[in-house]
Amino acid sequence: WVPVVGLEIHAQISSNSKLFSGSQVQFAAPPNSLVSFFDASLPGTLPVLNRRCVEAAVMTGLALNCRINKKSLFDRKHYFYADLPAGYQITQQRVPIAVNGSLSYSLCIDNKMSQMVTKTVRIKQIQLEQDSGKSLHDDIRSQTLVDLNRAGVGLMEVVMEPDMCCGEEAAAAVRELQLILQALGSSQAVMAEGQLRVDANVSVHHPGEPYGVRTEVKNINSLRFLAKAVDYEIQRQIEELENGGTILNETRAFDSKLGCTVPMRDKEGKQDYRFMPEPNLPPLILYDAKSLPANMSHQQVVNIDWIHERLPDLPSVKRAKLVEQYGILPEHSFTLLNEDGLTEFFENVVKQTQMKPRKVIGWILNDLLSYLKQHSLTVKESPVSSFLLADLLNLLEKKEISAAAAKQVLAELWKGEGKTPLEIVKEKKLELIQDQKELEQICQVVIDGHENEVMAIKAGNRKVLNKLIGLVQRETHGRSNPVLVKQLLEKKLSE
Amino acid sequence: QVSVALKEGQVTPTQLCQRCLALIRSTKFLNAYITVAEETALKQAEESEKRYRRGQPLGVLDGIPVSVKDNFNTAGIETTCASNMLKGYISPYNATVVQKLLDQGAVLLGKTNLDEFAMGSGSTDGVFGPVRNPWSYSRQYKEKSVSKSHSEDEESNWVITGGSSGGSAAAVSSFTCFAALGSDTGGSTRNPAAHCGVVGLKPTYGLISRHGLIPLVNSMDVPGILTRCVDDAAVVLGSIAGHDPKDSTTIQDNFMPFELPDLTDVSKLSIGIPKEYHAPGLSSEILALWSKAADLFKDAGAKVIEVSLPHTRYSIVCYHVLCTAEVASNMARFDGLEYGHRSDMNESTESMYAATRREGFNDVVRGRILSGNYFLLKQNYENYFIKAQKVRRLIANDFVKVFRSGVDILLTPTTLSDAVPYMEFIKEDNRTRSTQDDILTQAANMAGLPAVSVPTALSEKGLPVGLQFIGRSFQEKQLLTIAKWFEKQVKFPMIQLEEVKRLDHGVFQHQKSASFS
Repeated sequence: WVPVVGLEIHAQISSNSKLFSGSQVQFAAPPNSLVSFFDASLPGTLPVLNRRCVEAAVMTGLALNCRINKKSLFDRKHYFYADLPAGYQITQQRVPIAVNGSLSYSLCIDNKMSQMVTKTVRIKQIQLEQDSGKSLHDDIRSQTLVDLNRAGVGLMEVVMEPDMCCGEEAAAAVRELQLILQALGSSQAVMAEGQLRVDANVSVHHPGEPYGVRTEVKNINSLRFLAKAVDYEIQRQIEELENGGTILNETRAFDSKLGCTVPMRDKEGKQDYRFMPEPNLPPLILYDAKSLPANMSHQQVVNIDWIHERLPDLPSVKRAKLVEQYGILPEHSFTLLNEDGLTEFFENVVKQTQMKPRKVIGWILNDLLSYLKQHSLTVKESPVSSFLLADLLNLLEKKEISAAAAKQVLAELWKGEGKTPLEIVKEKKLELIQDQKELEQICQVVIDGHENEVMAIKAGNRKVLNKLIGLVQRETHGRSNPVLVKQLLEKKLSE
Repeated sequence: QVSVALKEGQVTPTQLCQRCLALIRSTKFLNAYITVAEETALKQAEESEKRYRRGQPLGVLDGIPVSVKDNFNTAGIETTCASNMLKGYISPYNATVVQKLLDQGAVLLGKTNLDEFAMGSGSTDGVFGPVRNPWSYSRQYKEKSVSKSHSEDEESNWVITGGSSGGSAAAVSSFTCFAALGSDTGGSTRNPAAHCGVVGLKPTYGLISRHGLIPLVNSMDVPGILTRCVDDAAVVLGSIAGHDPKDSTTIQDNFMPFELPDLTDVSKLSIGIPKEYHAPGLSSEILALWSKAADLFKDAGAKVIEVSLPHTRYSIVCYHVLCTAEVASNMARFDGLEYGHRSDMNESTESMYAATRREGFNDVVRGRILSGNYFLLKQNYENYFIKAQKVRRLIANDFVKVFRSGVDILLTPTTLSDAVPYMEFIKEDNRTRSTQDDILTQAANMAGLPAVSVPTALSEKGLPVGLQFIGRSFQEKQLLTIAKWFEKQVKFPMIQLEEVKRLDHGVFQHQKSASFS
């Protein structure tokens, strides 16, 4: 079976006001407090296009390697629903603002960070359209409550061709899109706040045969659920077909509690949206350096080239720069970018320490990050600041403590009691023993106490040396430098 | 002239306002007004008076009583579109054109009656009842009508105003206001203007803001101007035209208000007579008047030539498809959820919507919605909507070709006949009537061109007949200049209404065509 997955992603545009009206865009405001006359569809009101939304769409289109249509059109898509006051949505069905792009994303093979493969998904188009309001169904009192704050907020719908084959790919593609949008600033793309919503189109077929009937899983609002929903749906379809059933071309929702997709009641039958050109909006004309009329400044129009020149670094570029600048591995750069604020944290530590970035990265990704994950904290919420970590790493670099000791110190720092690394080291007596004579004595004690091991080493079994090192470490409560210990032991044993 | 009178203190804005309000009361049987905003009007008049006393009037329109068709939003005043759907709906904002008039100091007397949601050509299909043409009660009409007994026949013999801006036309015609706003989508300003003996101007699409005008067909609607003389129309146009950032379909160019010159020499003009406007059903009377008008120009030295607009006969069908499609779309917002009538049915959202819309809309509106949705179905879209748009382009091109060939202006009849009695009008349904009556006015809306109906003469029945001039895009000045010349030549008689005479109209007495400019 070959699964085929395509995606329709709705990203809320990060702007002060809505796509066609001046009311504010804000999350979690009191119900119906951000609604203009136009949003409420009061008769006689007309749409006025928001420039910032157009720019956001152009930026996104350029970042996704799309062709920006210099002339695009607006249409009305009609259906009746409580959260759609005008009875139609203004969208771009005939000629959207951007088409034919691509998005590259990376996957780990077999869950090993060390092996990444790059994949590409084609972007069919990006279109500007209005978001709907929110309706809440109160089944107990048998009523529907409508909040129009979201009605009319600008959306970019990004359509990804069915080039993906499983939940993991879908999630990775969306993750990369999210990072791009956040880098551009065109959308904050926070899924938990509904700023990024994904509809997945899933079908399966046998190789060589035409595509199967597809279902649409709507309104998935987290990456985890996306992967789960897609994989579940693929499985469901395969099972259904293998049992001789058929797949209905239907719309489904993902039930996160049950972990499965279920048919949606509301969208029965095929809808004819009766598309019609939006008569109140003239065609959207964009310019580039060549077509810009002589007497117009870039403030009067939207100039594609002007926007292109000012695009910030995309995630892929940022990653490449990190690898080049710090000598870290590509996989590392992925993780750095994947966690909000982690890159900045890493760079701050590097700035404040003599330790090589290649070593710092280990502490960031293995130690700090795992602590954060364990306690479900974001980088911003980390009780260990970059300053503290750098301080600690400096102690390690200066060989004042061992790596093992450093880990202990980090655990203490994590408690966030306000102590400095040095204070903790002194408190717990974790300093490396600097006195060589003292170390020599301890080594001697260990050697003297372990005749069998000494003989094994002298006989050629070098591995047993590690046991002795370990024993010295135990004696010194981890306060000995293993490299130095090894040297001393070897010297003694060869005497 | 009344503006001058106001300036010179011969009459005060409050006196003027009160007289108009009194006249509205005594002509209530015309049913021209849905809402009379007496309190606010008097307040506005008072403010205007203060300004005049200070010697600082805002302009020509300061203190001038006007009325506005009830499909324009007026803040704090009920806006119904003559429909159950919006009965009791108080607009929270002013339409841009209304705001502009108020900013000039005009006094808003009230909202005028219309066909429900501006759908119709008689002003007979609104929920507040039909509008009666003031000329039904004029001496001129009564003299000519064959009456067996007096008052009975008067009651049943009254004629329609035409539509859909019948209330506005009647209001201006009966002297209850000096200017009125209507709307024109297929002729809705020019048609009633012709039937009521007033000037009806349809400006170029995109010249005047539609923000606040409750739309019928967004791509054809324009606010229309009804006045008693052409000069007045130019004044009103000057105060309401111009780019509005709230309406993305208005042109960006700067608009300069203009005064109409007194044209004396028409020899440089080329008047086109489109032969297709000799439409089936055109009364011989109007045909004769049209001919006479053409001769008038010829005799004055203008070049009068026959031209052809070959796609005219398709315009009605094309209009029907495009209009109903947009109507279906525009009416989708009326669901009772946010405003307007809401049905008591609350079993489900769908049933509430369905009941609300059935209760709120009349047959005409519902019929157009059904047609429109049919044309917009995926399987029909190509064959109906797209085709109609192509035909629309052809119709518009007809005009372009003719104007490019050297013709300055077109002269056509406005209506097929004079106003018919109401009892006769209602024998046919709204759709049939619209199809018949819109034929001469409709193409100008398709092409977005400016057009004006000028009262020309009285028919044999003693009722007004108007003729129409169609001009080039955004050439309102030329259009109105020629119309003004024509108006001067034909000397259309003033309506002789008892009610008007009864009130002391010192202002109206010494004028032939009671204008305010």
